Amino acid sequence: MTSSIVRLRLEPMIAPQPSHRLLEIRNLSRAFGGVKAVNDVSFVVTAGRIHALIGPNGAGKTTLFNLVAGVVRPSAGQVLLDERDVTDLPTAERAQAGLQRTFQNLQTFSELTALESVMVGAHLRSEPSFLKALFNTPAIRQANAEARDRAEMLLQRVGLDTFRDSRSDAMPYGALKRLDIARALAAEPKLLLMDEPAAGLNPAETATMRDLIADIALQGVTVLLVEHDMKLVMSIAETIVVLDQGQKLAEGTPDEIRRSPEVIRAYLGGGIRRRRS
Amino acid sequence: MATGTTLSAAISLGAPLGRLAILSAILIVLPLSFPNPFFFDVAVKVGLSAIVCVGLNLLSGYAGQISLGHAGFFALGAYGTALLSIKLGVHGLIAAPVIATVVGLLAHVIARPILKLKGHYLAMATLGLGIIISIVLNREIWLTGGPDGLSVPAMRLGEFKLRAIEFWYWIVAAFLIVAVWLAENLVNSPAGRSLRALHSSEIAAATAGVDVPRAKALVFAFSAVLASIAGAFFVFAERFITPADAGFLRSVEFLTMIVFGGLGSTYGALVGAAILTALPQLVAAFAEYKHVAIGIVLIATMIFMPRGIVPTLADLFGRRVGR
Repeated sequence: MTSSIVRLRLEPMIAPQPSHRLLEIRNLSRAFGGVKAVNDVSFVVTAGRIHALIGPNGAGKTTLFNLVAGVVRPSAGQVLLDERDVTDLPTAERAQAGLQRTFQNLQTFSELTALESVMVGAHLRSEPSFLKALFNTPAIRQANAEARDRAEMLLQRVGLDTFRDSRSDAMPYGALKRLDIARALAAEPKLLLMDEPAAGLNPAETATMRDLIADIALQGVTVLLVEHDMKLVMSIAETIVVLDQGQKLAEGTPDEIRRSPEVIRAYLGGGIRRRRS
Repeated sequence: MATGTTLSAAISLGAPLGRLAILSAILIVLPLSFPNPFFFDVAVKVGLSAIVCVGLNLLSGYAGQISLGHAGFFALGAYGTALLSIKLGVHGLIAAPVIATVVGLLAHVIARPILKLKGHYLAMATLGLGIIISIVLNREIWLTGGPDGLSVPAMRLGEFKLRAIEFWYWIVAAFLIVAVWLAENLVNSPAGRSLRALHSSEIAAATAGVDVPRAKALVFAFSAVLASIAGAFFVFAERFITPADAGFLRSVEFLTMIVFGGLGSTYGALVGAAILTALPQLVAAFAEYKHVAIGIVLIATMIFMPRGIVPTLADLFGRRVGR
């Protein structure tokens, strides 16, 4: 009796139900000239998990990533975020809908300090008014204060509080990657797309990145990562989608992917097992 | 050196209001050193350039969008206000804000297609815009007086004719303080941070939720409004305007001022405007070769202090100004 009451009260607090379809890719295609970079791909990303998108070079990962992020428009198919069709939404409106991404080739705000860069992310939910900004109204002062608090908290969380007032040109590569993540998290996304978060990082930095991604997922943000580092993917992703030549080759848990004959043939290469995988 | 350090420390007190107070103090004390009205005239010209530069710096320095057409907006404000009061008898105090609003709306409308362009293409488009305005002012003689310019009667307020340049000095100084206050507020707001963000990466700014085309159009319009108001004050104070004030070379001068002063520093824009406006007025040799000198200043700035004079000096004293 008591347990059912507790359950009833708890249920709405578990915000994203495990089966909730946060991102749905429906028959997505994109051709560049005659090349079908992404060809009729469909899959679902459920809320509250870490998902990975892998595939050999040229498999269409980046194009698929850009289709979801809104940088590239599909030739056919749909992208649904939270059961809402966002296929034709510009990038900024996708951010409003709860989508954030990080960049592989770093896109930093070199005019801003680390703190200000993260504040830009937090401004997604603040007063955007240009006119009020000119007159520094109380709403603007409050938005500034809130964004600053939030940015400071996030810098601490990604371990960058020492770089608070540094410009990005004075920060090392690994730090910029974490700054990018803090900027994305500041917008309080439902879904975070991560483009090769471990690329260019040394093993120690990769381990830190792995913990950070796991921590982000624990805080309730669903993560979809495109990544080359198999060890990283296999150790944290709960579901994996494998692309090959623009098409979905397999989908499943790391174990299923590891055992899938098609994946071994197409991706890992003719039965040769890599020690690390 | 010692005074420099104190000054720099004082300038970078942190709170924008501290710096604004110093600017106000300078503008109040400065006239005490003026031996004759000519200096007031120079100071008014400096102030008006500074108002244009504060706006242009928001667009080019902070948001990174180059404009080679801002003299066009200055001239629209000047001619628009003058013609509205001459031809239709509208009082200048009403004509100036009406024209500024019209110029702002016009700039906002043309901003979207223009600001889709980047780098050289944006510079070319704004250059074309300035040239079109300049050609219209030169050719439509029936309306504008053509290359001979347009004389404007002194503004009347009741029985008083406001022709004393000293009076306009105080008006321009007051408005300059307002413009700096607005600009500094914007820079330190969510909207301003978005502008500085899109300067380095439009795609990352859009990812963070910044409506990039809207942000660019708004700052373009606001900088045009400031240029238009400066133009209106110019006709009130000088009572004479020619199409040369709308020309390409004027636009280049404005841009040189903010580059020399320091892109992305409001107080740098003031210093750049002050030095490059006052020098040709006060030093005859500089006036004669003004455009050569402007070119040399631009090249020298790019080579020796690409960040401009104020940020460079501020770093030299170990402090940061303009942020």
